[in-house]
Amino acid sequence: MSLGPSKEPAIELVGIDKKFGAVHANKNINLTVAKGSIHGIIGENGAGKSTLMSILYGFYHADEGEIRIFGKPVAIRDSQAAIAAGIGMVHQHFMLVENFTVLENVMLGAESGQLLAKGVASARKELKRLEDDYGLEVDPDAVIEELPVGRQQRVEILKALYRGAEILILDEPTGVLTPAEADHLFKVLRVLRDQGKTIILITHKLREIMAITDTVSVMRRGEMVATRKTAETTVEELAELMVGRRVLLRVEKGEAKPGSVLLSVRNLTVKDSRGVTMVDDVSFDVRAGEIVGIAGVAGNGQSELLEAIAGIRKPTSGEIFIDGQPAANVDPARLRDLGLAHIPEDRHHMGLVLKFEEYENSILGYHRNEQYGKGALLDLEAIRKDAEEKIAKYDIRPPNPRLKTANFSGGNQQKIVVAREIERDPKMLIIGQPTRGVDIGAIEFIHRRIIEMRDAGKAILLVSVELDEVRSLSDRILVMFAGKIVGEKEADAGEQTLGLMMAGIAA
Amino acid sequence: MSTASVPLPAWISYGVIPLINLMLAFFFSGLVIWSIGENPFEALKFLVQGALGRGDAIGFTLFYATSFIFTGLSVAVAFHAGLFNIGSEGQAYIGGLGAALVALALDRYVPWYVTMPFAIAGAAIFGAAWAFIPAWLQAKRGSHIVITTIMFNFIAAALMVYLLVNVFIVPGKMAPETRTFLPGGQLPKLDWLMALFGLRLGPAPFNVSFVIALVMCFLVWVLIWRTKLGYEMRTLGVSPTAAVYAGVPYVRTVIVAMLISGALAGMMALNVVMGASARLQVEFVAGAGFVGIAVSLMGRSHPVGILFAALLFGILYQGGADLSFEMPNITRDMIVVIQGLVILFAGALEYMLRPAMVRLYQQFAGK
Repeated sequence: MSLGPSKEPAIELVGIDKKFGAVHANKNINLTVAKGSIHGIIGENGAGKSTLMSILYGFYHADEGEIRIFGKPVAIRDSQAAIAAGIGMVHQHFMLVENFTVLENVMLGAESGQLLAKGVASARKELKRLEDDYGLEVDPDAVIEELPVGRQQRVEILKALYRGAEILILDEPTGVLTPAEADHLFKVLRVLRDQGKTIILITHKLREIMAITDTVSVMRRGEMVATRKTAETTVEELAELMVGRRVLLRVEKGEAKPGSVLLSVRNLTVKDSRGVTMVDDVSFDVRAGEIVGIAGVAGNGQSELLEAIAGIRKPTSGEIFIDGQPAANVDPARLRDLGLAHIPEDRHHMGLVLKFEEYENSILGYHRNEQYGKGALLDLEAIRKDAEEKIAKYDIRPPNPRLKTANFSGGNQQKIVVAREIERDPKMLIIGQPTRGVDIGAIEFIHRRIIEMRDAGKAILLVSVELDEVRSLSDRILVMFAGKIVGEKEADAGEQTLGLMMAGIAA
Repeated sequence: MSTASVPLPAWISYGVIPLINLMLAFFFSGLVIWSIGENPFEALKFLVQGALGRGDAIGFTLFYATSFIFTGLSVAVAFHAGLFNIGSEGQAYIGGLGAALVALALDRYVPWYVTMPFAIAGAAIFGAAWAFIPAWLQAKRGSHIVITTIMFNFIAAALMVYLLVNVFIVPGKMAPETRTFLPGGQLPKLDWLMALFGLRLGPAPFNVSFVIALVMCFLVWVLIWRTKLGYEMRTLGVSPTAAVYAGVPYVRTVIVAMLISGALAGMMALNVVMGASARLQVEFVAGAGFVGIAVSLMGRSHPVGILFAALLFGILYQGGADLSFEMPNITRDMIVVIQGLVILFAGALEYMLRPAMVRLYQQFAGK
């Protein structure tokens, strides 16, 4: 076993070039990844990381350039060829059959033979070996949908290893994980590296890059702008390389000047469809001109709380008041009239209709407004003009209101939602995961907008699983655990204190 | 990312791919015809001539196409709201009742152009009413619309047989049908339109309903892409969760979409009941409701696509009838097989060729 990365390259990309029509997604990319190392690739959304990885995994074909795996030139025509070459990929959105067991998912597509029994037995043995070798313990008979997200991801990694992957590509692996789960993932990745596997980590999070990678490459606008030894660089340098200018990594904000209560929640209880209590007798107020953050490990009722306030989920009991008006059990359209704007946690399924063109999404929820057409008709010209203004103001790229929303990058999709909700000039704003899967330049932008909203006297309720984000934006922090608010802290509360409260240990 | 999400230019998606699909369908149909010992090219000639060769042939083709436009639009409107309305057949059948009641009531007193707006309303209201019950059950009770609309087709058939045999039948006559409408209850033929092109309509029942169908194409286009209601329907159809977020009222949108869908299906009856047979007959819909599903599928739920798909199916219906007449070996059932192949290739297998086209396109134009 080698200590530290050896010199032999696992992957060499030479002169990779890819155009989509007028978009030059990858410009003459050269990249060498040493065997047995963890190599980070960072870059803003749309910088070309995903395209490059798609070429490596056989989804796209490079117009020019060569791929060499362990020194041998290979043509990767499809994902089968990638697997055969020893490349495995863990996608950001898991590719698992939810109602299959772990074992069944791992075997899927590699059953070997017409009858299952033999394959099952050998797969079980192999799974056990992988578990022992890499510390990836997971119950092979557990059903996927009953596993926490962190475990599901482990199954994805097992799938790749089961197929003999020597090189693992992880695309934004921590976007859906709690801090503890992320820590565990990193432990696993280190073990894998020490056993000689090569890992490529695609992420926006500079802290992760610093914590786990050996080397890091930065992409910007389709070009590979720099490769550094992680030990020899800093967060500030990487951020600057990524964005092409100096970036404020800390949110700058002045003192909050809280005014009157705009949102008031009283004894709110929400049950999910199975009758499990998700929000348990919760009461709090949000005042004009302040940001109240809700910290908590994902799945402790924050999502349900937000959805109940936004009128999407019916509370079982309790009351909500918006600016003094009763707002529990009121439909979302009426809540918008009351001055509530909502940036939902799940932009793919709620905040946006991905099949719609961008301008169509720029009015979602506000489409009944007179501004967008008198009477029953839509005034497409007014809507597109309005969309173009938002695109310009929020620097949404590419600046094309006729482009299908699914074809925007995650950060730009989020900007479409943020622009739509903030530009209505609401009285209060509730936000779930404002920067999930969003790159650093866009994070800075979105954070600044949220602070501006606060300074303009709006009441803001913020839910995020990124504890850093909650701490840096909020004026007050409420900690949720098992559906209850277990405590309130000032914004300067230590990470340690909050972490213990989030785990339900200290109040 | 797979090839499914790579955008293709419209002329490939809506031009080249459907054309190749159609050619594939004809190729396999040719194989079927060849296998029973007939000459496929001869058969194709008969089919095309039978559908487009003479004035009356074109008239019949357009007559069938008119019915398919209505039912195709009906399926498409529901589909945009995420509802699979299998019940256009039954809604058209009941729509016929509405049209016939208006015609029977007014034909003695007023000319056709006075009857027509009432008949349109009658057919639409009856069709919509028949769609309302499944819609309400879906919206309020979660009963699956596919199941309920299928059941309502059977109920409609039973109800209409009962009404025609026991209520509307002309005393002393054997046929379960209403009396023949007077000219005030008939929709006139468009022979003058054919004459403009130097064609004689002859006995073909191509009538004013075609114009109504074209108007409906336009109105459906406006509804889906230019109104707030259409926007809400599309949101609900593509992403039910986003619809909840946006405050789209589920119950109202489902019911309204189905009412419009049922109304469009009901209007199909104008073409047959008032435009052709001038009376309400048993089973006059004759499967046009089901063809509407194929037409909508093939036309990508867009009025322009539906117009072309309806014309294609009109050609297959009329030309197919002629073909089985000219080549007795090719029975009606064989024609159904050919229609089935067209539906298979142009509708169901639409995405079969797409990945290959994407690859070709990227090779030639992608650089």
